[in-house]
Amino acid sequence: MAGIIGKKLGMTRLFDDNGRAVPATLVEAGPCYITQIKTQEKDGYRAIQMAFEDKKPKNTSRPVAGHFEKAGVGPKRYLREFKSFDTADELNLGDEIKVDSFSDGEKVTITGISRGKGFQGVMKRHGFGGGPKTHGQSDRPRAPGSIGQSSSPSKVFKGMKMGGRTGNDQVTLKKRRILKIVPEQNLIVIEGTIPGSKSSLILIKN
Amino acid sequence: MNKVDALVAGDLKTDVPEFGAGDTLQVHTKVREGEKERIQIFEGVVIKRKGGGINATFTVRKISNGIGVERIFPVHSPNVDKIVKLRSGKVRRAKLYYLRGLRGKAARITEKR
Repeated sequence: MAGIIGKKLGMTRLFDDNGRAVPATLVEAGPCYITQIKTQEKDGYRAIQMAFEDKKPKNTSRPVAGHFEKAGVGPKRYLREFKSFDTADELNLGDEIKVDSFSDGEKVTITGISRGKGFQGVMKRHGFGGGPKTHGQSDRPRAPGSIGQSSSPSKVFKGMKMGGRTGNDQVTLKKRRILKIVPEQNLIVIEGTIPGSKSSLILIKN
Repeated sequence: MNKVDALVAGDLKTDVPEFGAGDTLQVHTKVREGEKERIQIFEGVVIKRKGGGINATFTVRKISNGIGVERIFPVHSPNVDKIVKLRSGKVRRAKLYYLRGLRGKAARITEKR
């Protein structure tokens, strides 16, 4: 497995070989730097820690700055861990990871935080059908319907699907195709949509 | 230019004639039949233009055997081989949806001079 951290830039369309328009999302990914290598002996699990996007030294606390200094890279905004990296044994602190560890046409797994939608009803949140519009109904079109039985069990079961805070969840999409890689600009172009708003953090793994 | 627009800047066509709603166009489209590729022509009135940049599309309406037919073309699609402007019409709105309810003489558009 290889992985990289990126930022969603926005969407556009590309035309494929048959002239068909394909929706595409741009992700500015990397360059990322290895800041820590976790080992079974020392940390109890194997993982590599990666840093992405520069930030100003004056906005970095001394302890955090020391962590980056150990790896020999400048202060970064985001740190994320990746487990089961193929090349974990060959990697050293401070190594650069760029988009060229991926290739065109490859299927990748994408993780991000979906856009927060606030308090939403059951139709949007859980895909309920709502009630009938006609036949003498009033105030029922977006209602959830019954939420349980009667005096037995006299309670609403836990986990009942109801309205509530929607979005702002971690969402993972698998088998998303990479349409294009632009190494000069650190861009990955992914087919279709990906979670999150523009400039939200995205993890890409293959 | 932002990075999203920069990525598709090379795909934008530069030879698209200026046209708008009310104009009569001939749209030459590439049609692939098995191995062979040929050009098909769709001729009609533009009833709307929509979107900008690489996402821009236009809708052409014609009456085919008495039945109204509308086709939506992406302006920058490689399958749109050529756009030929036959005449420019004088219209007072950007979207000519009202043409859908009209036929024959009533659906004519006066030419702009």
